[in-house]
Amino acid sequence: MSKQLPIAEGLFTWPADNPALLGSRCNNCGIATFPVAQSCMACSGEDVSVEELPTRGTLWTWTVQQFMPKPPYLSGETPETFKPYGVGYLELPGGVRVEGRLTENDPDKIQIGMEMDVVFETWRTEDNGDEVISFFFKPVAAGD
Amino acid sequence: MMDVAIVGIGIHPFGRTPSRTGLQQGAYAARLALKDAGVAWKDIQFAFGGSASAGNADALGNELGLTGIPFINVANGCATGGSSLMAAYSAIKSGEHDLGLVVGFDKHDRGAFNADPKALGLGDWYGEVGLMMTTQFFAMKIQKYMHDYGISSGTLAKVAEKAFTNGALNPNAWRREPVDADTIANSMMLNDPLTKFMFCSPAEGGVALVLCHADKARQYTDKPVYLKSAVLKSRRFGSFEVFAPSQALRQVDGPTVDASKAAFEMAGVGPRDIDVAQLQDTESGAEIMHMAENGFCEHGEQEHLIQSGATHIGGSMPINTDGGCLANGEPIGASGLRQVYENVLQLRHEAGEHQVPGEPKLGYTHVYGAPGISAVTILQR
Repeated sequence: MSKQLPIAEGLFTWPADNPALLGSRCNNCGIATFPVAQSCMACSGEDVSVEELPTRGTLWTWTVQQFMPKPPYLSGETPETFKPYGVGYLELPGGVRVEGRLTENDPDKIQIGMEMDVVFETWRTEDNGDEVISFFFKPVAAGD
Repeated sequence: MMDVAIVGIGIHPFGRTPSRTGLQQGAYAARLALKDAGVAWKDIQFAFGGSASAGNADALGNELGLTGIPFINVANGCATGGSSLMAAYSAIKSGEHDLGLVVGFDKHDRGAFNADPKALGLGDWYGEVGLMMTTQFFAMKIQKYMHDYGISSGTLAKVAEKAFTNGALNPNAWRREPVDADTIANSMMLNDPLTKFMFCSPAEGGVALVLCHADKARQYTDKPVYLKSAVLKSRRFGSFEVFAPSQALRQVDGPTVDASKAAFEMAGVGPRDIDVAQLQDTESGAEIMHMAENGFCEHGEQEHLIQSGATHIGGSMPINTDGGCLANGEPIGASGLRQVYENVLQLRHEAGEHQVPGEPKLGYTHVYGAPGISAVTILQR
């Protein structure tokens, strides 16, 4: 039977009812970072705690990757099936700005400052049928 | 007080040279630099050099001769050349040596660089999902900058147009055909807002410099160019840099600002004193942002300066007079030294068709490299 596996251990809570990205916060200076680090880049402290990061934030900046990257890109796509993808930094309040892929790739529908949710979706399917799960930033629909 | 002088320069034309390896292009440049200084390889007391994809620089000994000198390989991304130069500057300034060689060369495959996440301490996932792309960083940085400071996409195209205009005047450049701003703006979009003609490409080339103690410069040349400063900085916490899975909510100045301030302080001059500047332009947006980060204007002033032609060879603030990375391509190891080569030509008044008018006295170079390092030099005639 096929399984759903996270793209990397410790990147986000998985499996979970309400998955979230995992960051670390320095117990000395209070600075958060993603992914979890063993020490603090801001103050060199080594006393850090792991915490779930907020799941909604605002888009700080963005681009659309219009051409297919060379390896280590590993999507299962071919140059013929490649779909351009959005990339951005999502500012998570009280936490950190996290870089990730956007679910949207139409430049006309992406603006700095728009609200987005962190979502977890199938990134690629392995030959044995296992689904590799990664995180994406998805525009908040009107009314949500 | 002047400590270090550049007394010899050599370049292998940039672009693609199938008949020569990267190392041979480095040797070609080194021989020209030695000849320019009127010295023999056996006179050189030490060397620093680097390439990212074309082998160890100290293998040049096999081309130039094995003389037993300390030859140190330098690897610092796009700032490799700047790092080699800074190290050589320190070696001479310290009194350890009098005469040395700095060399950079490279030969890259076609297409965008593919960096290895592990080399930068990142997880494999970062590359697998398609975030390990320098082009994305540059696009996201200028996207934010345009939003905050009112820079238009037409100005992005103008930067590339100038680069190709200058490249056409430079016999050592790769791209030697002018391209108009409309063609640039309408070329294929690679990473919004940057199109194909707004990005430089990985390429080939080599540059070498002979440096000596300033007191001895006149022994080698009647046109010495002095290094008033050579500064290398890495990023501090909070600066927005390439290959960063996350960044701090509170942003601080990047390594370019830090290196620039330190270099001006060391040289005892300010941005207004500079007659010609070579600023890292791996893409159009970089040149725009680096103008302000290096202190040549306020954020947002670039829109008017570039549209009015101030950054042209004949303008009030000539930038990337040899066509920059956009027209020369980027052989990583050689790129930063190309900027220094160009400024030495300018200060010697030997730049031919791309010579800035008047009597330039001070030249400025700036490189930026992954994952957040910057090198600046200030040269004086």
